[in-house]
Amino acid sequence: MSIQQIIQSYPAKSEYLLEMLIAVDQQKKHHYISAEEINEIASYVKVKESHVCSVMSFYTLLSTQPRGEYVIQVCKDVPCYINDDFNVVLTIEEELGIVLGQTTNCGRFSLEQTACIGCCDEAPAMRINHEIYTNLTKEKVLDIIHTLRGDANGRTT
Amino acid sequence: MVERRELTKRFDQINPEQIQDFLALDGFSMLEKALKMTPSEVRDEIRASRLTGRGGAGFLTSIKMDSFAAETGKKYIVCNADEGEPGNFKDRYLMEKDPFQVIEGMCISAYATGAQEGFIYIRGEYQTSIKRIQNAIDESRKHHYLGTHILQSAFSFDITIRQGAGAYVCGEEFALIESLEGKPGRTRVKPPYPAQEGYFSYPTLINNVETFCNLPFIVRIGGDAYRQIGSDFASGTKLISLSGNVKHKGLYEVPYGTTIRDVIFKLGGGTPNHRAIKMVQLGGACGAIIPDELLDMDIDNERFQIFDSKMGAGAIIVMDDSHDLFDIIHRNMEFFAHESCGKCTPCREGHIQLVKLIEKFIINEASQKDYDTLRSLAQVIHDTTLCGLGQTSPTCILSTMEFFPEEYNRRIAYRKRGGQA
Repeated sequence: MSIQQIIQSYPAKSEYLLEMLIAVDQQKKHHYISAEEINEIASYVKVKESHVCSVMSFYTLLSTQPRGEYVIQVCKDVPCYINDDFNVVLTIEEELGIVLGQTTNCGRFSLEQTACIGCCDEAPAMRINHEIYTNLTKEKVLDIIHTLRGDANGRTT
Repeated sequence: MVERRELTKRFDQINPEQIQDFLALDGFSMLEKALKMTPSEVRDEIRASRLTGRGGAGFLTSIKMDSFAAETGKKYIVCNADEGEPGNFKDRYLMEKDPFQVIEGMCISAYATGAQEGFIYIRGEYQTSIKRIQNAIDESRKHHYLGTHILQSAFSFDITIRQGAGAYVCGEEFALIESLEGKPGRTRVKPPYPAQEGYFSYPTLINNVETFCNLPFIVRIGGDAYRQIGSDFASGTKLISLSGNVKHKGLYEVPYGTTIRDVIFKLGGGTPNHRAIKMVQLGGACGAIIPDELLDMDIDNERFQIFDSKMGAGAIIVMDDSHDLFDIIHRNMEFFAHESCGKCTPCREGHIQLVKLIEKFIINEASQKDYDTLRSLAQVIHDTTLCGLGQTSPTCILSTMEFFPEEYNRRIAYRKRGGQA
């Protein structure tokens, strides 16, 4: 679906703004919403661009900057933290050669932290795009990244 | 037997995507029963049950419901599924393992109050919940449990899902309404309350997922019988999200009156490597942190009311003696500093200062003056902010000042001695 088609699948009302923004973000390879798209959405629901921007900046799942194809979000809250005996973030940082908040040069991975994702009984947990990964161990984390990396470049690694 | 499974009785017994499975285990039969009663009779049962809101605040559901029922014209029912409190995962389980029960609860609530439209506001992170609930809505519509003339009655009601996009504060009633309207989720001044002026100024009844799920149960056994379950303080069962340093982490359903220790040891099996429990946080990041000695209290003990927290949404986070108190408080405060919507100054600026003060305690640089500032700032945030976020966030500081004074004193004394342990 084109961006226009996604937007127009919702009624032209400002209360559908969040739904549209999430849908556009999900459709895009690099999980962000560009200035032009903000413009399109604003004129479709007849609100000012600044209003769309205020919504964009308020919600952490939305971004105006291109992110990796795979957005890795590691849970940072207490239940995951106290069960994280190997340091999930550090493991990923070392594997990908980036630090929190960065995207790899190849544009495949971004590393972020997220607030609790409701998997405290299977801590530590992380989220990559829409997939949730739980009961993480160092091996499991590396496995997941290797698999995604393989997928992304035709399984050559 | 510590557990009493009523809301979770169908968990793992049914395929959550099959309406037939749900119907086979008396699904929607309580809606049928309710439709044979008058709306006010249904509300009478709910009033008799003394059901309290399961989202954390613990307000009597019937008060909200009755005042909403008195409103006329267009009005909305909203199911608050923006579960984001660290340590809580009960709503996710309810939506993923028995999504039709949520629909049934919302239908009963709509019938009892005369609402025709409803929303379920689910946080964007819960994609599986969104998928399951959407399927449940579609299937229910197909089988005439949603839509016009439900089960050939005069009652019509329909539900739409709305997604959150990553903002903890949207679990607060008015922030949620603002978000539903397509705006940043910043709370409004109360009153008027949502039941009078909510979504686009229409009366709006907002309840937590678990609260709605209690309604079929109340209709099934009757309000008086429901009142018999639990303790003097609260009736019914409570879903407990047990996590942290505990052998069997998971979701448990227990009657109110169960002690915290029973949940941790009888259900959770204690700590994994027999380390001592140093502290337990109740309710989530906004809850009180208590020492081992207090674990024999009920899950709804009045003593926690001084911190406006009690059990909150029902999380129990167990931490053994390998963890540092200030490290945990620091994590909690960073969470709130990040999640503050920024509307109230004490919350927006205060949390940043709380983080800095706690950092001083972590590096043994805190003085008695820092302690006093920390205490008064926590109290100011608690007293002066508009919504539940700032009102409850300082709880973990205020509670630990009461229950772990020696930890604070030790850090202050360390500095006094010039860094000599």
